[in-house]
Amino acid sequence: MSGQTPIRPNQDPGWLRTLILSTVVLFMSVMVGLPLITVFAVGLSKGLGPAMEAIREHDALAAVGLTLFIAAIAVPFNAVFGVCASWAIAKHSFRGKSFLVSLIDLPFSVSPVVAGLVYVLVFGLQGWFGPWLIDHNIKIIFAVPGIVLATVFVTFPFVARELIPLMEAQGSDEEEAAVSMGASGLATFLRVTAPNIRWGLIYGVLLCNARAMGEFGAVSVVSGHIRGQTTTMPLHVEILYNEYDFVGAFAVAGLLCLMALATLALKTLVEIARPEVGGHAV
Amino acid sequence: MPYDPELPSEAQFMTSSAHSSDAARAPVEIRAAGICKSFARHPALNDVSLDVRPGELLALLGPSGSGKTTLLRVIAGLEFPEDGQILFDETDVTFAAAAARGVGFVFQQYALFRHMTVAQNISFGLDVRKGGARPDKAERARRVEALLKLVELEGLGGRHPAQLSGGQRQRVALARALAVEPRVLLLDEPFGALDATVRKSLRRELRRIHDATGVTTVFVTHDQEEALELADRVAVMSRGQLEQVGTPAEVYAHPSSAFVAGFVGDANRFCGQMLHGRFTSGALSVSAPGVADGAAEAFIRPHHFEMATDDLSGDSVTARLERLVANGPYARLEARLTDGRIVDAIASHAQLGDLPPAGGEIVLKITGGHVFASA
Amino acid sequence: MAGFASTRPLGRVKRGEGWLRRSAIPGFGLTFGVTATVLSLVVLIPLSAVAARALTLSPDAFLKVAFSVRAVDAYWLSIWTSLIAASLNGVFGLAIAWALVRYRFPGKMALNAVVDLPFALPTAVAGIALATLYANTGLVGALLEKVGIKAAYNPVGIVIALTFVGVPFVVRTVEPILKDLAADVEEASASLGASRLQTLVRVVAPGLAPAWLTGFAMAFARGIGEYGSVIFIAGNMPYRSEIAPLLITIQLEQFDYGAASAIALVMLLISFAMLLVINATQAWMKRSRVR
Repeated sequence: MSGQTPIRPNQDPGWLRTLILSTVVLFMSVMVGLPLITVFAVGLSKGLGPAMEAIREHDALAAVGLTLFIAAIAVPFNAVFGVCASWAIAKHSFRGKSFLVSLIDLPFSVSPVVAGLVYVLVFGLQGWFGPWLIDHNIKIIFAVPGIVLATVFVTFPFVARELIPLMEAQGSDEEEAAVSMGASGLATFLRVTAPNIRWGLIYGVLLCNARAMGEFGAVSVVSGHIRGQTTTMPLHVEILYNEYDFVGAFAVAGLLCLMALATLALKTLVEIARPEVGGHAV
Repeated sequence: MPYDPELPSEAQFMTSSAHSSDAARAPVEIRAAGICKSFARHPALNDVSLDVRPGELLALLGPSGSGKTTLLRVIAGLEFPEDGQILFDETDVTFAAAAARGVGFVFQQYALFRHMTVAQNISFGLDVRKGGARPDKAERARRVEALLKLVELEGLGGRHPAQLSGGQRQRVALARALAVEPRVLLLDEPFGALDATVRKSLRRELRRIHDATGVTTVFVTHDQEEALELADRVAVMSRGQLEQVGTPAEVYAHPSSAFVAGFVGDANRFCGQMLHGRFTSGALSVSAPGVADGAAEAFIRPHHFEMATDDLSGDSVTARLERLVANGPYARLEARLTDGRIVDAIASHAQLGDLPPAGGEIVLKITGGHVFASA
Repeated sequence: MAGFASTRPLGRVKRGEGWLRRSAIPGFGLTFGVTATVLSLVVLIPLSAVAARALTLSPDAFLKVAFSVRAVDAYWLSIWTSLIAASLNGVFGLAIAWALVRYRFPGKMALNAVVDLPFALPTAVAGIALATLYANTGLVGALLEKVGIKAAYNPVGIVIALTFVGVPFVVRTVEPILKDLAADVEEASASLGASRLQTLVRVVAPGLAPAWLTGFAMAFARGIGEYGSVIFIAGNMPYRSEIAPLLITIQLEQFDYGAASAIALVMLLISFAMLLVINATQAWMKRSRVR
């Protein structure tokens, strides 16, 4: 024994490193890794054939279509909102700004079930506009518009939350320079601001999209669970699971897992492309 | 400012100075009158009035927090005052949008567009013009080339800002501001982020470019040496107020307040009392006619302490030589007065022979200084 | 200089109102207008419907449904399971953040990506996967049953689900702060004679505390409202393993909007309280980051 290797002051001793790393690996395997494997293991337990069949079945395809349709509305809507909100908040100063930011964050702290409930209370049979909507033969609750609204609610803050701190950190110098050289507001945004925030925007849109496609609680409240019509993919998974069609449920769930993994892969790529972007919770 | 094809472009401007007499390009006079501006109830500018003469190079000098950058941004249209007026010649531009004023602004951190090349940065102001006001592509490219030449960055048009040194970025920022043919050029701490050598050479550069273009120019600095060396006139600011405006020589030789005397140039500061036209502080006593009795401050520059030889008329003070630094055109002395305080003085190399060794006694003749009654 | 005054009227900056600082950057009116309108229509007005509906009940009726034994049991269940889950995430999240920032090891990038899986994975998928895995027929559930722990269809299952959804919060709030906590601070501490433990306790821990607490509060708030991942593994037995959000859906299925709104109002008030707590910890975090 020639004595210990010297340890730098901020370096952990080997045993601690081993302890922390093995704890982390064990925790992540049991909490996250195994559930992920379970989805594919059960989904493919009868082979690829039945799994593909469950996905290609009419109601499943309708659920996939509806999920894509809803994301295609909710995500662009919230992206436009997020850009507007961050421009107003990050590039200007006014009283009540931090209160406004808190209000934008509000949907994150509200239970998804409550998010669904609020639209039932506004547009449902006993809701504020219920009678009027029946008179005009418009269906929002237990129909696609309600699902879109509930999805917009739960994904509301994603893009704004990503862009506001980013644009605040970048400051307003470049915009002021552009404006002082005669650029209009729109030209300033498109030519100067947009290129600087594009990675943050992509990041926010990615997270927003993942949540929009995967939302369960809020959508479940307003959907009415009409198979083939108002069931999104997560709702379809629930129905199959409750009918003890585990292979079918996990096959569709596997599809959602692939989507989630793709989201994570893209997110990692964005982080590599622009390391200063992202990395914070929610 | 709408683009006027009748006006000579910056490039022509540079190549044929004959155009510089063109009346349409006559430099602008800037007048700020009674400007008040506060941030979160803290006054940043308190009733500031300043005239910038057509075509001059004016320095706004002051410590941080003195309001100099705020005043510059108010002139640029990046901030708007609560009270007062900004006039460009006879036009009231107080609430005019920055774009409409025809100013070129150079930001402290340059604010170059990161994702654009140097050439794209410079031509941005021309690119965003609408319709007929926008010069055609060839003309824009030509102007970019001329500006790159003006700021001595030929051949670097294709680079991105991240690939440039600090000094080069500064030049790009300057070229970009000049590309829109500003009536007024405003620079916020233009050399603040640069190291000493680059700063010196860019200083000369700015003077050269100013003289070539004749644009009314205002720059902000906290460095008194920079202001005195570069500017036609210096406006000294402190705590949101204008202390003094004058040529560098005036401000240095005739400071109008204790603040200016202390901030501009080196000075030994003494706190003391005025009585019957004499200022007394410890061992030091100088005549200061015209200053009211009571508490007062005196500022005596190092060169106003002269090594006394035989002529002992006037005010003088006895001191002990503490330290001698003789590595410049003058020797700097640190001398301890009999009351224990240390003052800086200057001796010519010719006088070095007369100096006693460290610790020896010398007599300093006081040939000048400024005394202000304490507020 | 007649040219520039007469060619065209100068574009004017709008005079600001008292609450708005006049700005050189245009577009505030439009973007703020869009923000305020959309925020009101999508979030604020619908949320106010909950309060409006709940307050149509008489005070007696409101208290009866909002604080029935079943509802109170559900609130407590949501609160204590969320607390335990957030604590578990506090411990393991700190370890994960520490490993990600301080160590180099194979698979680090994969670990970094997988930490966010609970954000990206639909909660229903997580719910059925966890239920299958932790049921007594499942891989982990069977093992746990051997040591006498029943891990599904009871509150333990709820804690497991809430731990899953809460994984990213502490990691992602602590990680950037840990990165910022420059090594030189620790080296300075060591050079002044502090032991490694003293350095960790007196220098590192206080630096991380605000971020850790923010992450903890976020995980807790998320847990209270969580629905999708929980209902599959909870067993949903009234008084025992029935969470508050589920109670709302049950009332809704019986078209008792009043009762659903009353319970939802209580949950909203808890959410607002958590939002205030999180804002406070974030403000603390910002303050302590300015060194």
